[in-house]
Amino acid sequence: MRLVNIRPGRQTRFYLLALPFLLVAIAYFAGSSARLTQNPNDKLLPALPSMVQAVKQMAFEVDPRTGGYLMLSDTVASLGRLGSALAISTVAALVLGIVIGLLPGANALLGPFVSVTSMVPPLALLPILFIVMGLGENSKIALIVIGTLPCMIRDLAMKVQELPREQIVKAQTLGASTWQIALRVAMPQTLPRLIDVLRLQLGPAWLFLIAAEAIASDSGLGYRIFLVRRYLAMDVIIPYVAWITLLAFLIDVGLRVLQRKAFPWFASVRAE
Amino acid sequence: MSAIRFDDVWKEYGDHIVLERITMEVEPRAFIALVGPSGCGKTTLLRMLLGEEQPSRGQILVDGKPLPAEPDADRGVVFQRYSVFPHLTVLQNVMLGRELRDAKFTARLFGAARRAAMDDAMKLLAEVGLAGQESKYPSALSGGMQQRLALAQAIMRGPKILLLDEPFGALDPGIRADIHVLMKRLWNETHLTVVMVTHDLSEAFGLATRVIALERSRNRPEERERYGATVSRDLEIFPRRSAELRSSVQPAPAGTTRSGKEHQPGRPGALVLKEQP
Repeated sequence: MRLVNIRPGRQTRFYLLALPFLLVAIAYFAGSSARLTQNPNDKLLPALPSMVQAVKQMAFEVDPRTGGYLMLSDTVASLGRLGSALAISTVAALVLGIVIGLLPGANALLGPFVSVTSMVPPLALLPILFIVMGLGENSKIALIVIGTLPCMIRDLAMKVQELPREQIVKAQTLGASTWQIALRVAMPQTLPRLIDVLRLQLGPAWLFLIAAEAIASDSGLGYRIFLVRRYLAMDVIIPYVAWITLLAFLIDVGLRVLQRKAFPWFASVRAE
Repeated sequence: MSAIRFDDVWKEYGDHIVLERITMEVEPRAFIALVGPSGCGKTTLLRMLLGEEQPSRGQILVDGKPLPAEPDADRGVVFQRYSVFPHLTVLQNVMLGRELRDAKFTARLFGAARRAAMDDAMKLLAEVGLAGQESKYPSALSGGMQQRLALAQAIMRGPKILLLDEPFGALDPGIRADIHVLMKRLWNETHLTVVMVTHDLSEAFGLATRVIALERSRNRPEERERYGATVSRDLEIFPRRSAELRSSVQPAPAGTTRSGKEHQPGRPGALVLKEQP
């Protein structure tokens, strides 16, 4: 049978899914134990018990200096920044995306501008943001917004333009004004697509968050990783990276579930 | 119920002439079928009637007034595809026209107004044979049902002219025959002037009062760009067909027979007519 026709069953699918994860883990622990037998003080590839110990210390023991749980406060700080930045980006992208996608005049005015600004490398703007807005929360949130917003607007405007022309005409023959078309035709159909656009921007958003926290911050997951890097504390860094990955994955899954539950009609539209 | 007049209408895209010298009168409550080979400008003509495109020369008059340059609620439309909104349920699709008319800012109705609109929409849905499908999304309907929904949605708003762009072209023959019966009934029971673009000659002759064929008089390759299509045949159907006469636009008292031979008890035949503002 040809490879293109072989479809794994449920169980096989599960094993296949687990395989790459398992291989990475095996490779890591094999390397770790090899290095540790050679030099028990090796810090580069810590063994599982030392990582568990580090996580226990970071997550479940009160930090004597701050009086809080470090991993929790780091997570709250980072998710707060990420959440507020993405909320700003999402709302702004929804409004501007619909305006640009629906109104030819707005498209002529803002379309090229948005395309150009989406080409600006956001990290190059970080020094400017720090100079202008200081080292506080605002500059970090601003970096994430600047990094994600132009692409989101551009993608969303394109999605609005992809709505069949027939629908816009049909709405007008039902007497709809521009405002009513935006409200009843464009926006409800843009919302599920907005979730797609947001999911695509999650990766960049995390990147800008960690970058901003690494450079100037006193809390956050990125801050912690770059802080303990000075002590070569791989036993903290690796669990933190895994934790960030898990958070990002859960947010992604959450958005996908939200899309399916809140917009039951969307699956068949996308299938067309 | 509107008369349409094409007054020496031309449509050109740059150097390319699509339609030329289109002059014709369409009487109120006529059912016009536009036929012709692919690319002869049938759909362009329909789009001009819709207001989506403007004639390059000449003008189109409706009831003696020049056609507005954009689509409006006087002219309903059913396309072959994408006619209904995928994000609204069947009932919401039909109610939309009323909501757009009565709630300028929110475009949504609440309370008693909503219930009234819902009742009217349910009656209309029953009339087009979609009772029991109210809460489904259009993607869950068959092609024929989607087109019934599109018709109901257009008629709910009470247009004067109904434009149909190959509305039944993608349907199976059996389903098409059913929807033809519905189309005829709707035409009889409302005050619509209908213009339908179709590829199907039997459909054209089966439904219309008048069949208009568009054709290029000169079709040699070197002439094709410079000579547009024009009306080549204008056939009145014989024996003459006309919509059932109506004395007034007011809805009839309950139980009054609107169209004797097709009357079904409880069918609110005149429902849509009172919606005219």
